[in-house]
Amino acid sequence: MIFQKWLYKNANRLMALSGLMIVLGYVGKYGFKNDWAWNISMLLASILGGVPIAIHAYQALRYKQISIDLLVTIAVLGAIFIGEYEESAIVTFLFTFGSYLEKRTLEKTRSSIKTLTQMAPATALFADGKEVTIDEVNVGNQLLVRTGSQVPVDGVIYEGTGLVNEASITGEAREIRKSAGDKVFAGSFLANGSIYVIAEKIGEDTIFGKIIELVEQAQDMKSSAEKFIDRFAKFYTPAVLLLAIVVWLWSQNLALAITILVLGCPGALVIGAPVSNVAGIGNGAKNGVLIKGGEVIHTFSRVDTLLFDKTGTLTKGTTQVVEVKTFGEVSENLLTKIATVEGQSNHPLAHAIVKFIARDERVEMGQTDVIKGQGIIADEILIGNEKLLTEREILLTESQKSLLKVMQEKGSSTVLVAQAGQLKIIYGIADEIRPGVKEALTQLRRKGMQKTIMLTGDNEASAKAVASQLGIDEVHANLLPEDKAKIVEKLKKLGHKLAFVGDGINDSPSIALADIGIAMGSGTDVAIETSDIVLMKSSFDELVDAYTLAKSTVRNMTQNIALAIAVVIFLLTGLILGGTGLVPSFVNMGTGMFVHEASILVVILNGMRLISYKAKS
Amino acid sequence: MSKVTMKLDDLSCPSCMAKIEGAMTATKGVSSAKVLFNASKVKVEFDEKLVAADELVRKVEKLGYFVQNSKVNNN
Repeated sequence: MIFQKWLYKNANRLMALSGLMIVLGYVGKYGFKNDWAWNISMLLASILGGVPIAIHAYQALRYKQISIDLLVTIAVLGAIFIGEYEESAIVTFLFTFGSYLEKRTLEKTRSSIKTLTQMAPATALFADGKEVTIDEVNVGNQLLVRTGSQVPVDGVIYEGTGLVNEASITGEAREIRKSAGDKVFAGSFLANGSIYVIAEKIGEDTIFGKIIELVEQAQDMKSSAEKFIDRFAKFYTPAVLLLAIVVWLWSQNLALAITILVLGCPGALVIGAPVSNVAGIGNGAKNGVLIKGGEVIHTFSRVDTLLFDKTGTLTKGTTQVVEVKTFGEVSENLLTKIATVEGQSNHPLAHAIVKFIARDERVEMGQTDVIKGQGIIADEILIGNEKLLTEREILLTESQKSLLKVMQEKGSSTVLVAQAGQLKIIYGIADEIRPGVKEALTQLRRKGMQKTIMLTGDNEASAKAVASQLGIDEVHANLLPEDKAKIVEKLKKLGHKLAFVGDGINDSPSIALADIGIAMGSGTDVAIETSDIVLMKSSFDELVDAYTLAKSTVRNMTQNIALAIAVVIFLLTGLILGGTGLVPSFVNMGTGMFVHEASILVVILNGMRLISYKAKS
Repeated sequence: MSKVTMKLDDLSCPSCMAKIEGAMTATKGVSSAKVLFNASKVKVEFDEKLVAADELVRKVEKLGYFVQNSKVNNN
């Protein structure tokens, strides 16, 4: 085994040496007309190149695997046996050189992931300033993070303030001010200030650790096409071996048999599909789009119907007052009272009103009654919906009614305030639509998305208002989470390929049920775990990127598979035609191996295009 | 049940996976083994009473793969 390690370490040197022997052989033959030197150097080259291949073949055989190495080993042994030293030398050299290039280029396709893992924090500072490696940190430790260094753990700040850049988590290079009580995440950078942090999650448990683990696993998660190819290759390789034996026994032509062994190598076929997926997933990860594996890419590329949750997905999920109508005189005192009453409520609409009124003053209020589904009554002041007022015989005029209706149709939720039996104020409160949604939906449509549907728990009027602003095709409002799931199931039965886009927490049933679940999750681990695709920046641009990337990756993979199959057909036809003597026989062991290795490289290079691929048009 | 994660030199042949996984699962005390081909990592779940993590690392090295580092999680 020490020998094997030595071989492994010196693989490149051996390859170079074998190449040199081949050159010497040619010099000997054509320069000095020396057949003896020619044969010896070619034989040496075959051995230098062949031994490592044979060892690999043997090891695989011990685990009952008939590998490509075995085909090559037998072919080389056969060639040596019939004295074709040139062929054996060329075949071994091309095979090792091909593997070498394959390794070098594969590294490139894996590069995006590597840069990600290299961003993982390696050291940490204890609160007393002692530097330790990341493995020595435990949950509960108090750590110091200084300006310009990395946050080593997921945790909570207990002292200090600073500007934190969370690009490694969200993909968004923005500095966020954080101070005591705020959460910080491993892998983010402290751009300014210094903070003390209590470690809550370490290593693989941090969100950053989970992202890396997810992407690493995703790159190995095979699509059904790849699984098929793997199974195919498992039978294909022994079948080639068997075919070669049969041809040999039948024709008694050993040269032909070993040529078949070399031609039958399934190299490009086996590597073609994974290479596209790895590069595609790597590209996504670099841009904040986490895709969980080849199957997800494949399915997502065929999705024709997109379902959206409204609040928190199409909209920012932060409500704010967008419109105010007042009737008669509104006193400062009334506003203070509204702020006081609404300040005690934790309803999102109440928050929006308090924020809008923006005053710190509070007054002593008398009895406060909360009427469920209507609003609040306190000190002769009514704050709530239309029903709250009409049931207490405060009637709206026709013009007030139509005003209310207009506001609701614009997509606002409305809150009415009455004092002393008179309507005083109507607040129109709306949730801000995420920027760029409309453009993104248009692009998705252009890229082949057929239908967009909104599923929301919100009321019909405001749901429709948002939908028409964004050009969404279909709206289902007033839904509970289980209703959403039912609709997803129904559409699936009708044969649509669905992707559900939600915020990852309360939509998890639908996310799980849809063919593809997409979470807009700015770094929440629930989102990372439950969905198939995570958009770390929660932006719709990423959704377009993900869809385009999925389509391009699948296209790339199809090209690779087609090329691989074409090469095998080309070689076999060449061999057969050459055998019949109709065309010059150009296919032999050497050229066969050359074409194979070339096709493997072409396939990898094709896959590499996806690394730097920009989805944005 | 403990878990050891080994980081190997870059893997380049898909058949390495079967080799390593086969050697690991054939070891007594190992309940599951997974090779992450693209990340060049091996993750093995094992019973620390039956087999030591060092032994598993040695076994992978014996197959001809250099283990850059390994990390054990006990739980």
